[in-house]
Amino acid sequence: MSATISRILRYTLNERILHWVAGLTYVYQLLTGLAFYSPHLFWIAVLLGGGPTSRFWHPWAGLLFTVALFWMLEVWRNDMRITDADRAWAKAMPHYIRNEDEDLPPIDRFNYGQKYFFWVMLWAGIIMLISGLALWFPERIPWNLRYLRYLAILLHVSAALISIGAFIIHVYMGTAMVRGGFTSIIRGEVTPAWAKMHHRLWYNRIMGAAPTRR
Amino acid sequence: MSNGPLEIKAISGHAGPVPGRDTSRDYDVCKLVDVTTCIGCKACEVACLEWNGYPFRETVFDNTYQTMPDLAWNYYNLIRFNEHTASDGTFSWLMRKDQCMHCADPGCLRACPADGAIVQYANGIVDFQQENCIGCQYCVTGCPFNIPKFNPETKKVHKCTLCSDRVGVGLEPACIKACPTGCLHFGSKDDMKDLAGRRAQQLREHTAHTNAGVYDPPGVGGTHVIYVLHDISNPEAYGGLPANPRVPWTVKLWKGPLKWLGNLAMFGGLLGVTLHYLRFGPKQVKEDHAEGKS
Repeated sequence: MSATISRILRYTLNERILHWVAGLTYVYQLLTGLAFYSPHLFWIAVLLGGGPTSRFWHPWAGLLFTVALFWMLEVWRNDMRITDADRAWAKAMPHYIRNEDEDLPPIDRFNYGQKYFFWVMLWAGIIMLISGLALWFPERIPWNLRYLRYLAILLHVSAALISIGAFIIHVYMGTAMVRGGFTSIIRGEVTPAWAKMHHRLWYNRIMGAAPTRR
Repeated sequence: MSNGPLEIKAISGHAGPVPGRDTSRDYDVCKLVDVTTCIGCKACEVACLEWNGYPFRETVFDNTYQTMPDLAWNYYNLIRFNEHTASDGTFSWLMRKDQCMHCADPGCLRACPADGAIVQYANGIVDFQQENCIGCQYCVTGCPFNIPKFNPETKKVHKCTLCSDRVGVGLEPACIKACPTGCLHFGSKDDMKDLAGRRAQQLREHTAHTNAGVYDPPGVGGTHVIYVLHDISNPEAYGGLPANPRVPWTVKLWKGPLKWLGNLAMFGGLLGVTLHYLRFGPKQVKEDHAEGKS
């Protein structure tokens, strides 16, 4: 690759589709889930076609979300592994929060926060899938194992709340905070300067240049 | 009370005490099931089906005299049958009319997320409003008595209504009306507790059932269906009647503290990112103009 190219492919079409299948199903889960979570938010279910409709599609969208999650795991398994570079970066995270990016050690394709977001969503998704199956078919759980029903409601809402926390930060950073991030997950491309600033090791790797400096 | 049952004060030409005189006419209602006089005839099951307009369904034989193993969405009322051998070796058939207990602290209602799908009336009846039910079955999880049943076709949950449509116009529930032995009684909670207490005392004093007592579990704030049992120390023997039913603590946690914690976390998160943006703003990339157009 020559140095004259103006854009770098950061996300393939497959990765973008995957992201948005997961993202849109998550948003649907979030909205309908919040409707069942609080009476003050039940109006969301009404807007989305009514309570029974929301309840009917919520688990199916959840299945699609988990499929997308596992497919992502397949695609990003290596990219999401937490490395020593990430640990060094994590130590310097206060600089990242204060937008002092020049003080950060270089990292590869994803940063520590992105990787953690991925693993949090994956595990929350797995917990919500398993507990969700119990909520979907509570009568299939025999009465003498009813503590599983009780456990499931607690796990489902706890995992959901943790994922919501992660989701708020993810959306904020992807849209408002890290300029260029949102375009990259839609059109797939970033500028070389963006790649150098946020993911120096990845930039060096894909540009074929060996990392000469730390 | 405009359309409640009229209280009789005096009857003309009547010898002896006036029936119903001085009985409490409190608004809260109660069913009393005296299991010691139940013969397991299942007239109440039939009356329940008839009144609620459900078809007679296939029975399931499981080597007992029980109609089927469990309640169903269109079968609100089931005589639970158990062959019981007591610790002293005495053998007995235990028959208990199983249905919604109409708890004063209903776990189903606590768990339900749908606006107006479960209603608790001032008279104690807990009733499901199927037109508002979204079919989530949280009530199935919230109930400590394993009562609500889901109709997978309509995706609505059903259970005993305590014949709210009959009680509302001053009639007694259909099951009460059908009982041939008088083991079922219906009236105010105070009266039924009084009657049940006297019956239990009679059993203790005049029969071998020295452990007889009244089942009105305080863990769910008392119920609007109460039992007289031969042996109050072993309710589990009566087809799994829980000894100390409570709304599951996870349901209480989920609908209580966890909700507030969650709200706090979600609002805190939104506030946090807003403050971060106001304080630090976005990360801008200084474009290297030699390299890109951006």
